[in-house]
Amino acid sequence: MKIVVAVKQVPEREAVLRVTPDGRSIDESEVAWTMNEPDAYALEEALQLKQRAADAGLGEAEVVVLSVGPERVQSTLREALAKGADRALHVVTPAGGEGSLAERGSLDVARLLAEAVKGEQPELVLTGLQSDDLGAGQTGVVMAELLGVPHATLVLQVEFAGQGGDGRRIKVRRELEDGWTQFVEMPLPALLTIQSGGNRLRYATLMGIKRARQKEMRELSAAAPSQRVDQVVKVFPPLRVKQTEMLTGAAEEIAAKLVERLRFDVKVL
Amino acid sequence: MSADVLVVMETKGVGERRTGGGAAWHRVSMEALAAGQTLAAELGVACSAAVLGESAAIAPLAAELAAHRLETVWAVGDDLLAVYTADGWTAALEQLIAQAAPKFVVFPHTYQVRDYAPALATRLGEVLIGDVTAVQMAGEPREPLFVRQWMQGKLNAIYRHCKPGGFCLLSVQAGSFRADAVQVGQSQVQEFAPKLAAEMIRTAPSEPIREAAQTVDLSAAEVIVGVGRGIGEQENLKLVEDLAQALGAELAASRPICDAGWLPLERQVGSSGQTVAPKLYLAVGISGAIQHLVGMKGAKTVIAINKDADAPIFEVADIGVVGDLFEMVPALTRAIRG
Ligand SMILES: Cc1cc2nc3c(=O)[nH]c(=O)nc-3n(C[C@H](O)[C@H](O)[C@H](O)COP(=O)(O)OP(=O)(O)OC[C@H]3O[C@@H](n4cnc5c(N)ncnc54)[C@H](O)[C@@H]3O)c2cc1C
Ligand SMILES: Nc1ncnc2c1ncn2[C@@H]1O[C@H](COP(=O)(O)O)[C@@H](O)[C@H]1O
Repeated sequence: MKIVVAVKQVPEREAVLRVTPDGRSIDESEVAWTMNEPDAYALEEALQLKQRAADAGLGEAEVVVLSVGPERVQSTLREALAKGADRALHVVTPAGGEGSLAERGSLDVARLLAEAVKGEQPELVLTGLQSDDLGAGQTGVVMAELLGVPHATLVLQVEFAGQGGDGRRIKVRRELEDGWTQFVEMPLPALLTIQSGGNRLRYATLMGIKRARQKEMRELSAAAPSQRVDQVVKVFPPLRVKQTEMLTGAAEEIAAKLVERLRFDVKVL
Repeated sequence: MSADVLVVMETKGVGERRTGGGAAWHRVSMEALAAGQTLAAELGVACSAAVLGESAAIAPLAAELAAHRLETVWAVGDDLLAVYTADGWTAALEQLIAQAAPKFVVFPHTYQVRDYAPALATRLGEVLIGDVTAVQMAGEPREPLFVRQWMQGKLNAIYRHCKPGGFCLLSVQAGSFRADAVQVGQSQVQEFAPKLAAEMIRTAPSEPIREAAQTVDLSAAEVIVGVGRGIGEQENLKLVEDLAQALGAELAASRPICDAGWLPLERQVGSSGQTVAPKLYLAVGISGAIQHLVGMKGAKTVIAINKDADAPIFEVADIGVVGDLFEMVPALTRAIRG
């Protein structure tokens, strides 16, 4: 059994974000990068599934991590290898200009991912639910459609559900709104988009980091970009609409002002 | 004449036991309808709306929808639509769009829409412009531009649809358009029977379930201290617990805190947690992602403590403190205790 996990490298949460002079993307020169959070959960689920497949006598499973982006994304792929993924695929795009991630739309990136997945023929593809940077929340579902496989989104847990008439099946628990959840069953191959919080994330061990250096990192070249159907016109920091009263001073002074407000305006003290 | 804006409405409780029978609109549906009507008015074109489900179940909803200012209400009925599946919805809407030939298709940005609309867009050779917070008219000839968030609300990005002759699909974020702006009127219900076959539906969903009843009811709390990832480590929670105690407040949290198991899930505020409306919501180390804001925007007063002056939480805060919570929180606790 083979599981492909799509992991995206995104700016760290605390990264200082500046817009490029053309006003259409983020200046990457001083950004620190990390693995997109839901993708870390997708990887965790894949690694646990690998263990469960072995326990259930379904044979040795392989976890392949996949990312589209410039050279920098290899640090995130290495991190995934250090946590236990078996090998990595890197679809290389230029760092800037034509064909770069910033210039490609989500359909185009999903196409690159789907092409790489087709070369692997996995039973299961996992993606994160949503990327922290663009927040499109659709690459996984688009890939499922391009690959012609069934999908489920907002998945918290995955289990094997035995054989059906159409081969091996899985049963997933997915999050619904307002605290509801639901089980969905489907045949493999399938694609799942993983929601954060379904598991505890593991850390890479020193041993894992050492081993990762020996693991395969294959570079694939990216197809030329296709015509975009949507375009980013302009990126800008949000204008503040609400009049927020900012309190300044030393902590003790601010605390005193807050207490006053809590007592006389908000009336909760 | 075919309409130029089509709004796909979402229902709750059709064909499920979850709400104990009565079908109703998903709250964001009416906001999407308002957005669709406004867009149509700006463009000087007609607006239609669609509802999907098992024919008998959706009939009353279609009739209710017909009391709005719309060109056509499409009642898309089939037994295979009795329960939501991505495959069923995608196939039915692909066929409806081929027939109704809208230029714009507006969805509410719900979990269900996230689940199928990207697949529908792909089938149409399009991309969903998702989670739109505002529509602006610009240019000559005038065209709509769509605002959506990047970087969890730290930036806004304006998108335009640029495929000539294509379909522009967009979903609107909860709370961004006003449901009370929906225009009433009179329109015709038109039944649409999609061609569906059981083999097209590859997934088998179960009935929705909900975990055991909650033991804390945050919705009734007058004062809430909400803690986010800025707290750093589980051991540090003591700081906000002390503050909550001094204030006589309930403790609540953002999702990552509950995901990590530092606080129970029932204390999570946001789109996948509780919705609260206290007199005071004191947000500590919470960035203010939209999924958190939708759960606490109803608070009468919001106070935010965050070390990042650009954190989106300050967009909804009445009073803001830019500073280190590890200094501010103990100082505030002491000041309250006197
Ligand atoms: C479908 C879906 C559903 C979701 N549902 C929910 C939900 O119900 N509820 C929810 O909360 N989220 C939900 N999320 C997640 C949401 O998108 C955000 O990821 C989450 O709210 C971020 O939590 P946070 O603000 O605690 O963490 P972060 O975004 O990491 O913010 C931490 C903040 O702490 C500040 N900080 C750090 N250190 C300090 C310090 N020493 N002093 C002061 N400030 C400091 C930082 O400046 C930052 O602003 C959902 C996401 C999705 C995709
Ligand atoms: N460039 C990329 N490389 C690898 N995976 C990606 C990339 N972009 C998106 N994804 C995957 O698609 C998911 C959803 O992304 P998005 O549609 O941008 O919100 C992410 O969580 C990743 O799993």
